[in-house]
Amino acid sequence: MAQTTPDNRGLRLVVRYTVLTLIAAIFSFPLIFMIMSSFKPAEQLLADAHTIRALLPIGDISLNNYFDAFKRAPVGLFVFNSVLVTSVTVVLSLALCSAAAFAFTFVQWKGRDLALTVILATLIVPFETIAIPLLLEASKLPWIGASGITYGWINSYRVQIVPFIADGLTIYLFVQYFKDLPGELIEAARVEGASWFAIYRRIVMPLSGPVLATAAILKFLAMYNQYLWPIMVTQEEQYRPVMVGLQYFFQLNRAWGEIMAYLSLITVPVLAFYLYLQKAFIASIASTGVKG
Amino acid sequence: MASKFTLSNRTGWLMAGPAIALIAGFVILPFFLAVGFSFTNQRLVSPNPAEFTGLANYRQLLGLGVLHLDPLKDAAGATVLDDQGQPKLPELRSITRKNPDYPQFDGMREWFSWSSGAGRTYVLASDVVFMKAIVNTVLFVIVVAPVQGGLALGLALLINQRLRGINVYRAIYFMPVVVSIVVVSLLWSFIYDEKQGILNNLLGALSFGALPRVDWLGNPATALASIIFMSIWQAVGFHMVIWLSGLQTISPTLYEAAAIEGSSKWQTFRYITWPGLKNTAILVLVVITMQAFGLFSQINVMTQGGPLDSTQTIVFQAVQRGYGKQDISGGSAISVILFVLVLSVSLIQRYLTRERN
Amino acid sequence: MKHLKWSAATIALIGWGGMASATETLTMWYHGAGNEVESKIIHQIIDDFNASQKDWKVELQSFPQAAYNDSVTAGALAGNLPDILDVDGPNMPNWAWAGYMQPLTIDESKITGFLPGTKGMYNGKLYSIGLWDAAISLVTRKSILADLKLRTPTLDKPWSGDEFEAALKAAKASGKYKFALDLGTAWTGEWYPYAFSPFLQSFGGDIIDRTSYATAEKALNGDGAMAWGKWWQHLFKDGYAQAKQDGADRDNGFNTGEYAFSWNGNWAALGALKAYNDVVFLPAPDFGKGSKIGAASWQFGVSAKSAHPDGASKFIGFAIQDKYLAQFSNGIGLIPATTSAAAMVDNYKDGGPLSVFFAYSNKEGMVRPVTPGYVVESKVFEKAAGDIANGAEVGATLDAAVDEINADIKKNNGYAPH
Repeated sequence: MAQTTPDNRGLRLVVRYTVLTLIAAIFSFPLIFMIMSSFKPAEQLLADAHTIRALLPIGDISLNNYFDAFKRAPVGLFVFNSVLVTSVTVVLSLALCSAAAFAFTFVQWKGRDLALTVILATLIVPFETIAIPLLLEASKLPWIGASGITYGWINSYRVQIVPFIADGLTIYLFVQYFKDLPGELIEAARVEGASWFAIYRRIVMPLSGPVLATAAILKFLAMYNQYLWPIMVTQEEQYRPVMVGLQYFFQLNRAWGEIMAYLSLITVPVLAFYLYLQKAFIASIASTGVKG
Repeated sequence: MASKFTLSNRTGWLMAGPAIALIAGFVILPFFLAVGFSFTNQRLVSPNPAEFTGLANYRQLLGLGVLHLDPLKDAAGATVLDDQGQPKLPELRSITRKNPDYPQFDGMREWFSWSSGAGRTYVLASDVVFMKAIVNTVLFVIVVAPVQGGLALGLALLINQRLRGINVYRAIYFMPVVVSIVVVSLLWSFIYDEKQGILNNLLGALSFGALPRVDWLGNPATALASIIFMSIWQAVGFHMVIWLSGLQTISPTLYEAAAIEGSSKWQTFRYITWPGLKNTAILVLVVITMQAFGLFSQINVMTQGGPLDSTQTIVFQAVQRGYGKQDISGGSAISVILFVLVLSVSLIQRYLTRERN
Repeated sequence: MKHLKWSAATIALIGWGGMASATETLTMWYHGAGNEVESKIIHQIIDDFNASQKDWKVELQSFPQAAYNDSVTAGALAGNLPDILDVDGPNMPNWAWAGYMQPLTIDESKITGFLPGTKGMYNGKLYSIGLWDAAISLVTRKSILADLKLRTPTLDKPWSGDEFEAALKAAKASGKYKFALDLGTAWTGEWYPYAFSPFLQSFGGDIIDRTSYATAEKALNGDGAMAWGKWWQHLFKDGYAQAKQDGADRDNGFNTGEYAFSWNGNWAALGALKAYNDVVFLPAPDFGKGSKIGAASWQFGVSAKSAHPDGASKFIGFAIQDKYLAQFSNGIGLIPATTSAAAMVDNYKDGGPLSVFFAYSNKEGMVRPVTPGYVVESKVFEKAAGDIANGAEVGATLDAAVDEINADIKKNNGYAPH
């Protein structure tokens, strides 16, 4: 790098930014199409779709699709439900799965290897393939609430949360990350008499910013985008999440403008969540950067 | 790390126990229920009690046969010719439909065939659609796993530079990931549309009209490729982030040392970056493979397995049968077959990526 | 679950004190979520019913149509169904057979004048009743018929298969249309058997042998079915119609002049009338065995688990009044189930622009196979029709469809009624 002349460097910068920008265009144009379309009446949206106009805010631009979307369905309720179910699941999942991964990576205990193997094997089971047995099970599960013991979890938030707290993928993410942490550090802390919980909380977790962010994003996305399961278990509107709400817009003649508005609306919370996490993510990398 | 200081049964179970219990209750138990269904004729809804049927579902799904047919001969022993003057073969359906001489082929259909000798050799399957679903799924995995993993690493290296505004690019590359795959599939259905899609117009403009318009999702030759492209577009940003977090775990002092010794960019990558990414590489490969085997939503929204079964996949078939056709036992058998298939693949992966000490 | 406990408590109360005046809650599921007009009308009916008497109070839970059937199946599996169910006509036998529905107990005299397609009969019993029916017609314009020099077909003398073929040929030859015929292949799912199996029946085939409901052999791969399959495939191969159509073409294509003919339902008729002042709705072509269209739309029934079938039936009896039939028809363009209700609707009264649909429904309408196996058969037919449209070999495709249907019937012990 020392030999590069200023001119040369300027040119290289231009090339770099051009490449970066071209790639950015490929990744963003469908989403720009979605957002721009959400401001257009359906006929114009379809007429524009095959030209560059699809990506520009021109023509008959208004917020009408958004107003209509709110009229057609309780959009606020759906977003609230999704955010509630998703965030509770994410928080519980990060806590339980990181603790489990900690035990799998750093602690020696009887049954550890078998348990880990079985959990990793569950990665192979796509949710769609166990949904029906899970429904049969969930419809019979007991719950202790204000009115004593009741049976059946259908129509509730818990049926959307509890089955998804622990999963093989999240545990696996943590395990793979923990493997790269310096094990001697943990052993040394043990030798000095630190409790396991203190090591988990004070040594391992503070080093885990990147994996926490990754696991949180992954879990958030998986939960927020759930579709099959909520259809099966939410018979009352009050518990329905956003993806079930999407079905409200698929009438025989599809109101594409409203659909685009709804899609934009439900995508915004996720983008916001990501941008927030990205900041945390980068901050945590900056603070823990040196290791290995 | 096996020392008395790290040994604690109580801590192990206390910390891992809750997660283990939840997975046992909500993944393993339902999976075993599905395994149980696969050996019966259980229906999704039915007043009939389920009966144990052994391996019947598996036989129905996996039954294969090979058949060679020679041209027909007339009474004089001469080969019979058809309208086009080609040697005429016996009709396949005369053999596969209730022919007492060929009970082993009953109900089977042609999967594929080739000319051999004067006649033709047929590979028959009792469930041709499922066979196509297996082939498509495996094809999808074989293409997506290396391409997506490689592109993601390329992007991660690209985005790991110190440049002003690089965070903006990082966020943009990641954006498709945060959009639901259902939403993405809907958007791309527009983009791929023969008439109204922007893709054909874009390609047309770039090639000055030389490229013909293509019905990307409506053509059996392009449908699966289109879905592969879109799937990579959607998910590559996520694996970019995993690679990035792997890159961040490599100590900067190693790079400084390399710079001092004057190593080239390739040498730096080969001897410092890549070895430092080993655990990340395994993670990325495993995650992509697992997710790719589960290919479902894109198919469900965009093609429903068509045209002409060119986009059938294993999970789509499992859902289609289990729910759509209420055949929960058949759907469950597909789930078990998928499990065995992916398990074998991951054991092979694990063997190939094992520690070589 | 809530209402079940509540009703159990009420029953206990009645038993205890002998007082029978408490109001029971009846739950109802409906497929209209996301459709404002439909929601408004159904709420109106429920409010009127709740106000009209003191014994029952109906509570509504609306589902988006696209997710409705899955929700009901899941509800049944979980043992969680409402008292009153809304069911798509051809699915009813499956739900009745599977034990989610029980026969209705409404007065026969109340439904004597109803269109045949609105009565959900299975095993000789009435399980469900529709407030409306739907019908399909061949939509075109007088000016197109004149331009292409075509005879205007009537219900008594519909086009023959040859005349229809000539019409398509003329439309294509004129060069004025992107495609001669809009079949609506963009609409997947139940549209295929609903809209396209009547062609098969007009050719003399069927999805299943209706004399026994035990096999599809000969029905779906016999001579009639083979003739249908070849005809169906040539529509696409010869460029009369699109095997893959995009949704926007379906929604607006005919109204913007892209097609000469459109095979579409009465619910889309108002849009066509708005687009052109000379729209005509023609009867289905007759390919040999008469001109046929699908019958039966959404209907109301009582869930088998309902603790109050009497109340549920009472509500349904209340809902099938002419004024509500007329309201639904005005609101969403469906065919009112009775002549007296039709007379109250501008579009469907004698001489109204859509009145032909009432006649088509009455005369050409044919219900889809009345068997619990239909839920599977419809999907098999959909796939076969799609594959043939995309160029699959007709004979082998139909054979495979027959095998799949027969295997399913066998797996279900012949769908014997219980």
